[in-house]
Order: sequence, then structure tokens, then C-alpha cells
Amino acid sequence: MSKTKFARSTILILTIAMAACLTQPGCGKRDGAGGSGSVSKTTVQNIGSDTMVNLAQAWAEEYAKVEPSVSVEVSGGGSGIGVAALINGTAEIANCSRKLEPSEIEKAKAKHGSDPKEFMVGYDALSIYVHKDHPLNEISIDDLAEIYKEGGTITKWSQLGVQAIPGGKGDDIVRVSRQNNSGTYHYFREVVIGKKGDFKAGSVDLNGSKDVVELIAKTPNAIGYSGLGYATPEVKILKVAKKKGEPAIQPSIPTTLDKTYPIARPMFMYTPGNPPPHIQKYLDWVMSEAGQKIVKDIGYVPLPKS
Amino acid sequence: MATELQTELAPERAAPKPAQPERGSAPANKPARAGRGALAIAGEKLIEFVIRLCGISAIIFVFSIFFFVFREAAPLFFQKHEPPAQPEAVVERHADDHSPAAKKFALKEFLFSKEWYPTSQSNVRFGVLALIVGTLSVTALAMIIAVPFGLGAAVFVSEFCGGKIKETLKIVIELLAAIPSVVWGFIGLTVMNPIIQDLFHAPIGLNMLNGAILLALMSVPIMVSIGEDSLKAVPDSFREAGLALGATRWQLVYRVLLPAAKNGLLAAVLLGVGRAVGETMAVLMATGHAVNIPFVTADGSFNPLFIFEPVRTLTATIAAELGEASEGSQHYRVLFLIGVLLFSMTFIVNLTADLIIRGIKKR
Amino acid sequence: MIAETTNRLFAETPLVRKKQRREWVARLIFGMMAAAMIIPLLLIIGYLVYQGAPLISWDFLTTNPVGGMRRGGIWSALLGTIWLVGVSLLIAAPIGVMAAVYLNEYARDNWFNRIINLAVINLAGVPSIVHALFGLGAFVLFARMGRSVLAASLTLAIMTLPVIIASTREALASVPRTFREACWNVGATRWQTIRRIVLPNSISGILTGVILQVSRTAGETAPIMFTGAVFFRSISEGDFFAYGLKEQCMALSMHLYTVTTQVTGAPKPLPYAIAVVLLGTVLLVNATAIVLRVYLRSRKKW
Repeated sequence: MSKTKFARSTILILTIAMAACLTQPGCGKRDGAGGSGSVSKTTVQNIGSDTMVNLAQAWAEEYAKVEPSVSVEVSGGGSGIGVAALINGTAEIANCSRKLEPSEIEKAKAKHGSDPKEFMVGYDALSIYVHKDHPLNEISIDDLAEIYKEGGTITKWSQLGVQAIPGGKGDDIVRVSRQNNSGTYHYFREVVIGKKGDFKAGSVDLNGSKDVVELIAKTPNAIGYSGLGYATPEVKILKVAKKKGEPAIQPSIPTTLDKTYPIARPMFMYTPGNPPPHIQKYLDWVMSEAGQKIVKDIGYVPLPKS
Repeated sequence: MATELQTELAPERAAPKPAQPERGSAPANKPARAGRGALAIAGEKLIEFVIRLCGISAIIFVFSIFFFVFREAAPLFFQKHEPPAQPEAVVERHADDHSPAAKKFALKEFLFSKEWYPTSQSNVRFGVLALIVGTLSVTALAMIIAVPFGLGAAVFVSEFCGGKIKETLKIVIELLAAIPSVVWGFIGLTVMNPIIQDLFHAPIGLNMLNGAILLALMSVPIMVSIGEDSLKAVPDSFREAGLALGATRWQLVYRVLLPAAKNGLLAAVLLGVGRAVGETMAVLMATGHAVNIPFVTADGSFNPLFIFEPVRTLTATIAAELGEASEGSQHYRVLFLIGVLLFSMTFIVNLTADLIIRGIKKR
Repeated sequence: MIAETTNRLFAETPLVRKKQRREWVARLIFGMMAAAMIIPLLLIIGYLVYQGAPLISWDFLTTNPVGGMRRGGIWSALLGTIWLVGVSLLIAAPIGVMAAVYLNEYARDNWFNRIINLAVINLAGVPSIVHALFGLGAFVLFARMGRSVLAASLTLAIMTLPVIIASTREALASVPRTFREACWNVGATRWQTIRRIVLPNSISGILTGVILQVSRTAGETAPIMFTGAVFFRSISEGDFFAYGLKEQCMALSMHLYTVTTQVTGAPKPLPYAIAVVLLGTVLLVNATAIVLRVYLRSRKKW
């Protein structure tokens, strides 16, 4: 009977479909070499910081030309996600725009038996941005702290001696910041506000480094911080002085490397323990001249030439 | 989206429905005919079982949503109280971790404090009052914009036009409802931001007004379709009686239809509210995302220009911060608790709307 | 004389004129309110297309983003969206259709089914970010799927279930009861009736629901942010099976968000072009559903 046959086959198909759906999560863990099904290629999972995702992607792309047998798969999500992936073994390299926390090192050690290995791959000079028509040219870290920190006293541009902002809407300072668990936010708090301090509530907390610069480009009243690599012609980078009265320093490659620019941070890649040869080779290439040239091209600060 | 709820809420409108009372009379599945194998009957039983299971799936899902979201938040309430640590120790730790810096979680502080410092190194504070105020104020402003337009358009579609125009309008509304929220957010960020700055001389274009305009545009379609349904549900005899007395359409709408359909229109507005409260991407990108109670200025006085203040909503906070909150940390759990709060808010709004609509049907 | 009286009776009095003026004003205002919805739709689409046009080409769709997502196309994101939509459809369609069959064919009108109805409405009303939390808690963590295409698709499937349930129910309800009765009278069981008569006669409506689900799924961002979508993944171009169920993927909506907020130095039209592709996909899919509905309504036999 075709009817019952059909009913039966429908049931069969449905059961199989459901079983397939349900058993999927139970399947074995994917090993590092899984990837997109190509057998000859070795894939390397590289997960982590959003600050570094563009850079990591550019490296991966270029490396595919250098070493076609290795494919580096990059994904972002944040430093925290990269570290978590490193600990649970889904990432072979974690990108991190901050140093690992002691607790994270402990967890990684418990899981993999050895301390994660750290590779410094470049610097990011955190730059202070204002609108391109803004009359201000330099700022001290003290003033920045007064603008940003909880209980800080500066809320108007006139307090910094700025009288009229071309295109400005009133005198208020629009503080642009980042979401409170990004690496950039943490770093800015550490160097500008002080570890124990907190940000003043009411800042515009954006989710991306580019978002910050774009908003400032459209907002004459705004001030904000973001990576040097995100500069565009529509914004102005302020020189930063360590203290009031000290000379203000323009963020650049030389000032970052000789540490005169006060708010620059290193960028890291981590591997769980000593990396296997193909990953070591990749990291060596990243830190080589060819790899560091890309760092410069993307807008970050390369490692000093040794 | 609009159609979905529309049909959901007014099923009786959807063509001839198999009459309810007779349902019981459908043939029972008894082993009737010879020739049908036991297997076929068993198969049929099985498929009916699967159908029933799928039938109640909606209930299962709603419960499991609540369960799983609450499950991640629950440990907050059962944490042991640890003595506050020495400040020296605090500095060394990352705030996202289960460090001694993480205080015992207090529900009262959560709901009534406006201090949101989930990653502070020295003094972690989880107060969502500013976020609740942000959500409610953006939603309220959105409704002030959307209600006249939404209900006006519903009246126009239902009473003032017919045939082709009506069909076209309904299609446009459906398409408007289909625009993804991330596209709305993108529009808010790139198009509306400079317009608002220039037009209103506002210091920043990403603010309450920007978000509210987007939310208004996003919640208008659902209001139109539900509003139109409730106007349609007013019996034609009302209209005929009005017209026979020589009333114009406007008089008919104003004096007869709006009062008669007011519950349905209220439900339409409520569903719009539900939509606006739950919206994520558009408000994340367009409201400025600042922890800020817009009505109060820095020196504590009332701020008359509050619609130009950047605000942050509950939904956007989760979207922005969950990505980097480490699993199991207090911050992470608080974000889930915000989820529970949002779930409860929309649940109540939707339940109220449903009860109102049921009430109409009963009459 | 009668005519004279009638003329006098029905002549325009100031009151009538006032009434008609009001009527005209009301019509104008309501019309403008309705127009206030069409105009933004057209302006938005027009503006996005105008800004994004220089980049849109076939190559844009079929090449991967390169150079830190600044150059190249959107293939990997597009494929990710296709995967998410496909997998969530496979999950949501059977459950949704069967749930609708239950609600329309089996359920009686009692308190229990009122609760089911309420649950469906609420499922549609739960904020998308709460769905994301649910997906993270239930699929990614509890079921140990990890952040993957599967977890994201399941989340999307549950989120869009009400779309399918609603339109399938409407379609089933529009099959006349007499069809069913005729079938029962020849001795068919309830399931046989559904399978042979009800479903074939309502397939078009079901299809509409499925299409609407696709459109909804394709545009969602929040539910996939924490359950399976990533900023960037390199995959091989042209390979439709480049993603696995247990891997993370890119998605068009997420890509728009990323490029708008993270990627610096991208050409100005890039985010607009992505928005156009996303919006185009969604609206095209929706338009298909509308056309299908209109066409099928016009040739309905009963």
C-alpha cells in the first residue's frame, strides 16, 4: 500500500533527521587539523583580540603565499575569547592585546601541563582623537584623567582653554570610550585613570575601535581613544604629555619604540606550551621583517629591529 | 513578522476555519480496515505522538528559555559571602574573575543603583537602574512617535482606502517589518547621526532621539497590522448605522470605530512596546550606549534637553559586554540576570496584550 | 415642488461643508501617516543602493574579504548566512509545521491550548538577545556544542518557529472543513486525512511561512553573536561545504556590524554594499513570499 509506505518512509526520514540533529553534539571533538576538509593542508586556529583581528588576518593571508601547506584560520571576538579558546584547546594561537592574567595562566597550565608561551608581535600606540577642526593640539594625562575618571572635574572644553570649536554644538565634552571589558578600555584605565579608579558614568561606550574614530569624525565636541592604526584624515591625533608642563609627544613608531609616548601597549600571541614546528615557523615569520612590514602597513607599530 | 502575529492574534479572521465544536467528532483511530498492517497503525500512532510533541514544543521552548537563562544567573544568589579583601590583593586580580573583590550580589542594589561598573578593579557595582531608565525612556519616546503614525496608518488602511492602495500599503508595511535590525542600526549610525546633530544642534547624534526614531519605524508595522485587525473586527453594522445617520468617515472613525476598537488598539500599542523593549542591534548602534540617566544633568537639576542625551538599554548592554565577560564570572551572571529581567518585562507586556485581545474575542 | 424640497433638504449647509472639510483633512492626515512609512522605506533603500552601488558586482558576492576585510567581497559571510538559514530551516520547518498541524487539527479549544497559543505569542515576543542568552546557555554550554553553526542555527530556529507556526496554521485553517469530512466519511483516519488532503491543499501557505522564516533568519544578528558567528574566518572560495556544523562561521548581518564598527580603512561604499546585499536578500525573499501568496490566492479553487 502506497499510503502506508509513504507514511512509513516519512516517519523514517523524520526519525533519521531528528537523530542526526540530536546526535551531532555528541560527536567527537574536532582535532586541529580538521578545518575545511582539505587533507593536504595543515590548519592553525588563531582566535582572539578584536584589536588584532585585522592584523592577524593580513598575516594569515600573506603567509598562505609563503607557506601554501599551512592555512591559518583567524577569528576575532576579543582577547578573553581567544584565551578561553586557548585554555580549552580550540585555539592553537591566541591573540591578546593584554598580558595573560595569573588565573588564566593557572588554568592553561592545569589543562595543558605547561605555561602558555608568550610571543610579542608588535605594539599598539593608543592615540587620543578629536575632530579634525578641533583647536586643541595636545593634552596631558592628568587632564585626560580629569575628563574620564569618576569624580573628575573637567566636563567643558572651556576648562581646557578651548573657546570655540568650529562646527561645535555648545561647550560640553562628549567622552567617547569603549565597552567595559575590552582590552583597550582596561589599558586606558590602567595608564590614564589608575588601576583603582573608574570611568565617569555617561561616556559613550562604543563596541569597536573604528566606531570610536568614526563617531569622533562626525562629532566636533567629542574626544576619544583608539589604536593608532585607526586614524583617518577626518580626525586629529593629540600629542600626549605625561604630566602637565612636560613636552607632549606625538604617537609614532619611533616614539613608541623609545617609550617616550606614554600610552603604548604590546600585542601578544600565545600558544599552549612550546609550539609544534609548523606553528613556531609561522610565529617566526610573523616576527620576521616580512611579517613586521605588515604590522606597519596595517597601522600598528612593529617590533624594534634587533 | 507583522503577519505572523497578525494571524496568530486573530485566527478567527483567517478564512473558514474548521468549526471548533465538531472537532471531537473526527474519527477515532481505531483499527478499522483489514489490510492495514500493525506496523502502519503503529507508525501512525508514532507520527501523531510526534505531532503532539511538536504541538507543545512552544511551551517547552518558552520554559526552557527561562530555565536556561535563569540557570546561568542563579549562582549569583547562592554565592557564599566572602569577606572583602585587602586592597593590595584586589589590584592583582582581574575584575572578571571570582576574586574576593567580587562582592556578594544584592538584588536591591541591582535594581535600584544607577552605578554600572561591572569590571571595576576596586569596587565592582552592578546597578542597572540607569539601563532600565534608558530602555524605558527610549521606548516611551519611540511610542510617542510611533503611536500616532501607527494607529493613523491603521485607520487609513482599514477605513480610508480600498483595493489596490490597500494591498500596496500592506505589502510596504510587511517589507518595512522585514528590514533587519542591524541595517536599521547602520542607518542610525551613518545617516541619522549627522542629521540629528545639524538639525537640533545636539552635541552628539547618537542619542535617545536617534534610537527612538528607529524603534518607532521598527514597531510601526506591528501596530498597523494589529490595529487594522481590531478595526476590522468592529462589526460592519456599526459602520452602516453611522453612515445611515449621515456621518462622514472621519466622524465614523472618531465617534464609533475608535471607541469600539480601543482595546484592540491598546493591544497593538502594547505589542509595539514589546518589540521596542526587546530590540537590540539598532539601539546598540544608535543610542550612544552611555550609562546615563538622561533626565538629570551633572549638577543634579532636571535636563530639559533629555532627548538628545545618549542612553544605554538593557538589551544593548548584554550584546556589548557578554562577548568578553569570562564564563562563570559575576559579570557574566549579572548579564544573564538582565536577560531574565528582559524576559519578564516582555512576557508581562505580551501577556497583557494577549489578555486584552482574548477579552475582545469573548465579547 | 417635491424636487424643490429635496433640493433644499439636501443642499450644502455650512455644517455639511464643515463636515466635509474635516473629512478631507482627516483623510489627508491619515494618508500622510501612512505615507510616512513608505517614504522612509524608499529613502533608505535608495540611499543605501546609491552609496553601495560602486562595489556591488558578481565578484563582490563570490570572493572572500581580504586585506583585513577592507578589500574583496563577502563570500565567506554570504555562505555563512546560507548555512545558518539552511540548517535552521531544516530544524524549524518540520517542528513548526507539525506544531501548526497539532494546533489546527488536533487541539481542542481548552485552557491547555490557550497556553500553547500564549507560548507561541511569547516565543515571538522574547527579545532576540534573550534568545542569544538561551542559545549560549542551552546549546553552547549545556549541550556542549560549543560556538558553532549548529548552536547558532538551533537558536535561530527556535526564535523563528512562531513565523512558521502562524502561517502554516492560517494555511491549514483555510482548507474547507468539508474536504476533511468527505475524507473521514470514506474511512480515512485523521492522519491519513491530514497527509492526503489537508497538507497538499495548504502547501502553498506553508511554503509562504517557510520563506518568511528564511527572511527573518537571514537578517538576525543578536542571536548568533554569542552562539556561532565570528568576525572572520578564511574559507576556500566557491566551496559550498566550506563550513562544518561544528565550526563557527561568518554571517552577513554580523559582517555588516563588524565592518561598520571595527574595520578601519575600508572604502566608504563597503558597509553600504554589504547592507544592500543583506537588505536585498531579505526583501527579495519576502517579495517572493508575497508574490507566491497573491498568485496562489488568485487561483484558489474554493
